[in-house]
Amino acid sequence: MKEDGEDLTETETPERIESPVDAPRASAAGSTSPATAEKPSADNRAKAIEVSGLSLFYGDFKAVEDVDMSIRPNKVTALIGSSGCGKTTFLRSINRMHELTPGARVEGHMTLDGADIYGPGVDPVEVRRQVGMVFQQPNPFPTMSIYENVAAGLKLNTRRIKKAQLDEVVERALRGANLWNEVKDRLNKPGSGLSGGQQQRLCIARATAVQPEVLLMDEPCSALDPVATLAVEDLIQELKKNFTIVIVTHNMQQASRASDYTAFFNLEKSGDPGRLVEMDETTAIFSNPTQKATEDYVSGRFG
Amino acid sequence: MEAATGPSVWGLRGGERRLGDRLFSGAAIASGIAILTVLAGVAIFLLIQAVPALSASTDELAEGKGLVEYIAPLAFGTVLAATLAVIIAVPLAVAVALFISHIAPRALAQPLGYIVDLLAAIPSIVYGLWGIFVLGPAAVGVMKWLEDNLGFLPFFQGPASVTGRTMFVVGIVLAVMILPIISAVAREVFSQAPRRQQEGALALGATRWEMIKMTVLPFGRSAVISGSMLGLGRALGETMAVVIILSGSGGITFNLIGSGNPPTIASNIASKFPESSGIEVNELILSGLVLFAITLLVNMGARSIISRSERHAAEGKKRA
Amino acid sequence: MSGTTAPVGFDSRDVFGGESGIGRGRLPDWVPYALAGASLAITFLILTLLDQVSAVRLVIGTALISGISIYAVSRAVESPRQAKDRLVTVSIASAFVFAVLPLASLLWTVVDRGMARFDTTFFTESARNVVGEGGGAAHAIWGTLVITGLAAAISVPIGIMAAIYLVEYGKGKRLARYLTFFVDVMTGIPSIVAGLFAYAVFALIFGPGIRLGVMGSVALTVLMIPIVIRSAEEMLKIVPDHLREASYALGTPKWRTIVKVVLPTALAGMITGVMLAVARIIGETAPLLVTAGVIDSTNMNPFSGRMETLPVYAYFEYKTPGIPQDASYDRAWAAALTLIVIVLLLNLIARLFYRRFGTEIR
Ligand SMILES: Nc1ncnc2c1ncn2[C@@H]1O[C@H](COP(=O)(O)OP(=O)(O)OP(=O)(O)O)[C@@H](O)[C@H]1O
Ligand SMILES: [Mg+2]
Repeated sequence: MKEDGEDLTETETPERIESPVDAPRASAAGSTSPATAEKPSADNRAKAIEVSGLSLFYGDFKAVEDVDMSIRPNKVTALIGSSGCGKTTFLRSINRMHELTPGARVEGHMTLDGADIYGPGVDPVEVRRQVGMVFQQPNPFPTMSIYENVAAGLKLNTRRIKKAQLDEVVERALRGANLWNEVKDRLNKPGSGLSGGQQQRLCIARATAVQPEVLLMDEPCSALDPVATLAVEDLIQELKKNFTIVIVTHNMQQASRASDYTAFFNLEKSGDPGRLVEMDETTAIFSNPTQKATEDYVSGRFG
Repeated sequence: MEAATGPSVWGLRGGERRLGDRLFSGAAIASGIAILTVLAGVAIFLLIQAVPALSASTDELAEGKGLVEYIAPLAFGTVLAATLAVIIAVPLAVAVALFISHIAPRALAQPLGYIVDLLAAIPSIVYGLWGIFVLGPAAVGVMKWLEDNLGFLPFFQGPASVTGRTMFVVGIVLAVMILPIISAVAREVFSQAPRRQQEGALALGATRWEMIKMTVLPFGRSAVISGSMLGLGRALGETMAVVIILSGSGGITFNLIGSGNPPTIASNIASKFPESSGIEVNELILSGLVLFAITLLVNMGARSIISRSERHAAEGKKRA
Repeated sequence: MSGTTAPVGFDSRDVFGGESGIGRGRLPDWVPYALAGASLAITFLILTLLDQVSAVRLVIGTALISGISIYAVSRAVESPRQAKDRLVTVSIASAFVFAVLPLASLLWTVVDRGMARFDTTFFTESARNVVGEGGGAAHAIWGTLVITGLAAAISVPIGIMAAIYLVEYGKGKRLARYLTFFVDVMTGIPSIVAGLFAYAVFALIFGPGIRLGVMGSVALTVLMIPIVIRSAEEMLKIVPDHLREASYALGTPKWRTIVKVVLPTALAGMITGVMLAVARIIGETAPLLVTAGVIDSTNMNPFSGRMETLPVYAYFEYKTPGIPQDASYDRAWAAALTLIVIVLLLNLIARLFYRRFGTEIR
């Protein structure tokens, strides 16, 4: 923990760039099985998240109640549950994106490798540099080229960065997102000209280029066709070597294919706050859940 | 405190960032405040410059008239010209809006919209020149006809002007100038009329006109009203076209086609100001303040109708 | 009769007006157009015979004849309801044509009369020592550029920053509510009142009777700011929130998100808005009459002495003509033509610019 702290205080961007993301190609079959333990790579940045007694509010409305959760580093944690039970709300609170919604607030604690995310004096902007996010709808910046989109995070935050370094980061991030071969000849074309699946991988490259420790994904595949979905799932398996990944999904197969741990959220009835019902290894949740509600949900008998 | 919650892993750059944020949001807020200040300045400075006229004695004032005696005919002329313009413009503007939103072939709708917008882009000085050189002379015959055939109405009492420098011509020119404003507001709302209702009406076998009457017009009614009020506000303050066209030598009268109409407040300022000095200037500024107050009331009325109907529309959408 | 068979008080005859259109004829699409064309020809013929041809009479006559004939034919072949629909359509279309007639007449007049002096002299010489023919509006064109440019230089930054405040910072704040309200109020300020305001401010500082180019700019600023704010606000609002969120999620501070993500996305629209705002104020006459004043020679310094603009020039050429009068009137029309060309060009360029460079936003 100490070393981490030291390491981080000097995280000027050029420093980060020196530590490259590995760019191995998709490792097909093995990666789809969460049981296969991945050996963390050299520049593994993943951190653990501890949540305790967390409640989330929109004004007076309590959307999520009393969540305790441990999110392990280098693992994919899937958040599942019926619509409106607060998955998005919870996810956004991890990098303090909820603060952009007027009236939204949290109670409780959340730490990133021991550091209090909501601590006094903590700059939410800094939290978001370490906890990146990928959205449901692919949202490349429409005024920027593919290259600029990937470079955006660095360009927007670093005063001076050498072109050669930037080139390197962009290529690495695009390779890491399994997109390099598809776009390397048109890096200067607008990002909005890509297909939906490519755009989503572009957004993942954009999020990983700033080298976060945690990557949040809110239904990243819901706007994609099955082929593009598989490409993103493969990518997630690659990414977890270096990042901690939290993913919201409505797709049970996706949760069971791509995640190591699964957290099931539920709400009794509409108007009630959502709760974390249980969390366990994905295989356990899907084969022998301890709660009836979980079993009903994962087997498709909810209500 | 921070140390107690665990190692502070967050970089030191937060403070620097917050400085950038503070500067930028400070500039944004400052601009907003500057604008409010300017507006307050408009009111205050005009008041300061108007006050001397309030305390001056009657014989110091222009034309040896008291303030009320001086401003009342101007206010009357202003309201008369603007009202006339609105009466002429509203039906035409509604027709224009309907034509573009519901009747013209789809491919034509947008270019036609541009053409109508062009009417709004033409500077008022050009309307003035057109009014005095083209419309005025052309209207002489019409005004003569009106006097001969409708002379029993106070509006067309006559004797008809032979120069065309009349309230009647001013009304038409102002109508042309405000028509695009009204039709723009109406068009916007007409084209937002609920599709399902329109299709429902057509599915019942209604003709297009019946459908428009049943769904589009009721939906757009408050837009037409508020658009008309915006147009009214514009017509009240319009200066150059009136200065150029209206002879503006006369007192309060409803006779639209004669040559003895009072000027409007705005046109009176424009024609007298360059040659005025001393207390007359203050008096003109006071009249400007009256004009400001009148247009303010009209515009605020229009805005409140617009925002109310926008709320209605928003609620309607939510329910849908 | 009604309601006996239909359920719940609904009688189709209420809607169908007593007879169904089905089974009756329907006019081919070309018939109304043909009738309208024929009406136009007949009107033209009649008016020619009476030697009374004019555009207004032509439109009114055509509207009347085609309205009656189309109604009659439709009533005979289709149904009374359909006939009424067609009648209304004709009326509305005629009203439209009638409403654009002034535009046509105006453009025609301006071009026709403005061409007489639309020459190099007009654009290169001032009106100094010109009584009769010759002379130009160079001084007024320069004055227009300087005064409008200065007004834009003041209002664009303030207006855009205020719009940024409203959209990005002010949500739900009281200052934002006041600002929105008073910007609406400002939109309705009569231009002459804006002129009086500028005069009042400067008269208080420099004494009465003052005339300066910059006073004109201040007056125009009052008129331009609300237009700039409105359009900039509009463009900022259509930048979708998910782009802002994407930027925040990269750890970008708010102000950089605005500068690097939001503004570039809205830029083309905002430039278009500024161009349209300039087009709106460049033709203003009244506020300049009471602030920048009238002068016959070129003055490029807005902070000293009077400055004339093109619309004011046009007005005074008309109002105080020299001898011969027509030389002045020709100059007034040439100035009007110049103004219209500028305004239309600005509008056209603004639209094309937006179409070409506007960011496509889903
Ligand atoms: N901005 C907001 N303001 C007020 N209430 C909100 C807001 N966003 C979400 N909520 C409420 O919070 C609760 C949780 O919403 P959330 O979007 O987190 O659900 P979710 O689990 O992500 O649903 P889905 O699966 O449909 O995405 C819901 O009741 C929702 O209505
Ligand atoms: Mg969600």
